[in-house]
Amino acid sequence: MLNFYGVELGSRLLLGTAQYPSPAVLADAARASGTDILTVSLRRESGRLREGQDFWGLIADLDVKVLPNTAGCHSVKEAVTTAEMAREVFGTSWIKLEVIGDADTLQPDVFGLVEAARILCADGFEVFPYTTEDLVVAERLLEAGCRVLMPWGAPIGTGLGLNNIYGLRSLRAHFPETPLVVDAGIGKPSHAAAAMELGYDAVLLNTAVAKAGDPVAMASAFARAIEAGRAAYLADPIEPRDMAAPSTPVFGRASLA
Amino acid sequence: MKLIVNGDAHDLAASDLAQALEVLDYGDAVVATALNGAFVPARARAATALNDGDRIEIVAPRQGG
Repeated sequence: MLNFYGVELGSRLLLGTAQYPSPAVLADAARASGTDILTVSLRRESGRLREGQDFWGLIADLDVKVLPNTAGCHSVKEAVTTAEMAREVFGTSWIKLEVIGDADTLQPDVFGLVEAARILCADGFEVFPYTTEDLVVAERLLEAGCRVLMPWGAPIGTGLGLNNIYGLRSLRAHFPETPLVVDAGIGKPSHAAAAMELGYDAVLLNTAVAKAGDPVAMASAFARAIEAGRAAYLADPIEPRDMAAPSTPVFGRASLA
Repeated sequence: MKLIVNGDAHDLAASDLAQALEVLDYGDAVVATALNGAFVPARARAATALNDGDRIEIVAPRQGG
């Protein structure tokens, strides 16, 4: 069973809560996905409008774990302060740590990421770092105290799928015991299934469901793809080969030439 | 007291962070606060004095990926 920081989870799909057409569609998609973990953020709140309070009520009603993020933070200081605020508001020491290094690709600033991870882990946080597939960075994150790694599949929101299969496979091989989650870039259920077939433990996605024509149906499709991919990984797929090999027995073929 | 709250200038009758939240009508809303870029836990707000020009951030749960 999937285990993050000692918490056992039935679903291997982590779902984002942004960009849905309505709060009702978000709630229906979350239920259809079967997810046990929803990602959330912190944003400025007006005392008069209190938009965040209704959202928080909706999430609380779904009765799943929340994984707050530090989305949009470009510095270690911003990310650490955001994590501290999130721990108080959401009542969890889990934090999806994002330190963004480039505005166009939204790729992680891995140097700041490691530094922020070290600070937060020492302060009792359970960090889910949004990282690249770089092996050395992964090693540093584990040394900092991270017990889960979340490499990107492709840049956030692109839907390009798994851009570096070799890198992801290599990461899986180097860290067989660490829960690995492909986070970001997933566009279709087949991408998620491919990640699971590589032996990844879970997939985190948002845009691919929220911006689909039918988010609820897509959430269900992703849930099934992730289950299928996991089952396929456990069933030990065959190795690919270059030359054809007949699947129907050659022996006993009638001589009809 | 001239303060910057969530990026906007305010002139508030508040000498500490808890009073500022009260004056700004946050009531019992679930929020977290930071003063000049540093996190201020809820329990420390009343003991956190404000000065002219301070920057306050007040955040709440929101959609995220």
